[in-house]
Amino acid sequence: MPSADTRMNGSDSKRDNGDRQATAREPRGGLTVAVWATLKRDLTLLMRRRSEVLNPLVFFALVITLFPIGISPDPELLATIAPGLLWVAALLAALLSLDSLFRGDYEDGSLEQLLLTPQPLPMLGLAKVAVHWLLTGLPLALMAPVLGIMLALPAGSYLILAFSLALGTASLSLIGAIGAALTVGLSRGGVLLSLLVLPLYIPVLIFGAGAVQAAIMGDGAAAHLAILGALLALSLMLAPWAIAASLRISING
Amino acid sequence: MTLRLQARGLACERDDRWLFEDLDLDIRGGEIVRVEGPNGSGKTTLLKILSGQLADYHGELFWNDRPMRQARQAFLENLLYLGHAPGVKAALTPLENLAWYQALAGEAVHEAPRLAALESVGLAGFEDVPAGQLSAGQQRRVALARLELTPRPLWVLDEPFTAIDRHGVAALEERLVVHARSGGCVLVTTHHELKASEELRHIRLGRGGQDAER
Repeated sequence: MPSADTRMNGSDSKRDNGDRQATAREPRGGLTVAVWATLKRDLTLLMRRRSEVLNPLVFFALVITLFPIGISPDPELLATIAPGLLWVAALLAALLSLDSLFRGDYEDGSLEQLLLTPQPLPMLGLAKVAVHWLLTGLPLALMAPVLGIMLALPAGSYLILAFSLALGTASLSLIGAIGAALTVGLSRGGVLLSLLVLPLYIPVLIFGAGAVQAAIMGDGAAAHLAILGALLALSLMLAPWAIAASLRISING
Repeated sequence: MTLRLQARGLACERDDRWLFEDLDLDIRGGEIVRVEGPNGSGKTTLLKILSGQLADYHGELFWNDRPMRQARQAFLENLLYLGHAPGVKAALTPLENLAWYQALAGEAVHEAPRLAALESVGLAGFEDVPAGQLSAGQQRRVALARLELTPRPLWVLDEPFTAIDRHGVAALEERLVVHARSGGCVLVTTHHELKASEELRHIRLGRGGQDAER
């Protein structure tokens, strides 16, 4: 009954990887191809649904615009609260967009398929997070200096603001993706996601806002930025595995 | 090396109810195994367990006589699973959808095999239409194009005939038999009556643990 040669289809004798047997396939080396394809796919998807990309940016701009109106237009007062305000608003904007990170894939069955590929899941998850940062964190960081003007942020701290946000939001995307992966199976996981992830966001917030504060004081923001970088390195090292494990838990549940 | 998927003493409990107990399976290359049973009898759950997606079961699984835990990587390299949801992105075109699956399977991303696969499922001319504008049956066909695109010996198909028209069903049925004859193995759930052939076997799941393999 079982034939000696399980190679199927007959027609695929000219396979690119040489003599792959049907039962002993070697997909090794396909990882870069798979990661690249995932990056490209997610970028294309988000570029076709612009509103999802614009939502966090609009939220960020709205919050920052409303504060001077609600509190006081006094430049001195605004300048003192500006670093923290910009950082909190950017953090919440990033958090807002996290829920949809894996949800679409979960609903149409792509996530199942992602878990069943012979490629390492942490790397594919990392590709998805990278797209999230490119289209959420990075635009937020680039937009922040413009909004800083509205809050009378002292000159000289704009570059640090953008840089600290770019570094920080990358950590936020990585940490947030763990929460998104854990809650993807729940129909209304949004609140739970925020509760899970916010405590882990606090160090990033403290050192991010601290960097801008230090730049304003003229203390030099290098120390704060270094810690932000360390946090990013740590999340880069640990988060992909945590994301993969969380996705497995969510799908198996 | 032939392919062999074994289960020993497989049992699964959901909400204090045993979907199946003491299920022994021995599935080899060259077979079409149809899992049958009424709605809610655990067909999809069984397929998910057998395709390594659910860890929440009792019993043991073996792939080519190695325990599944050790052989997982080798197993995944041989598996093609199509679930209830077709896994097709509405915003992407069929070609783009397939490109991702091609890359995930570790194949070089060339367009020619994708075009050929789409043609084989009767979607020639729809390559660049966003999948969201296709009908449910056509979306299912995009998913089925993966059978041609990424050759794998073990196919696990959960209701593959859903929303497919009569010609498509006949062609797919034919395709399953061809796959089994060339040494591959098909595990399938369907309410559609498959034509009797010597490759076809049945696993019947019943209520309350009256499981029997025939």
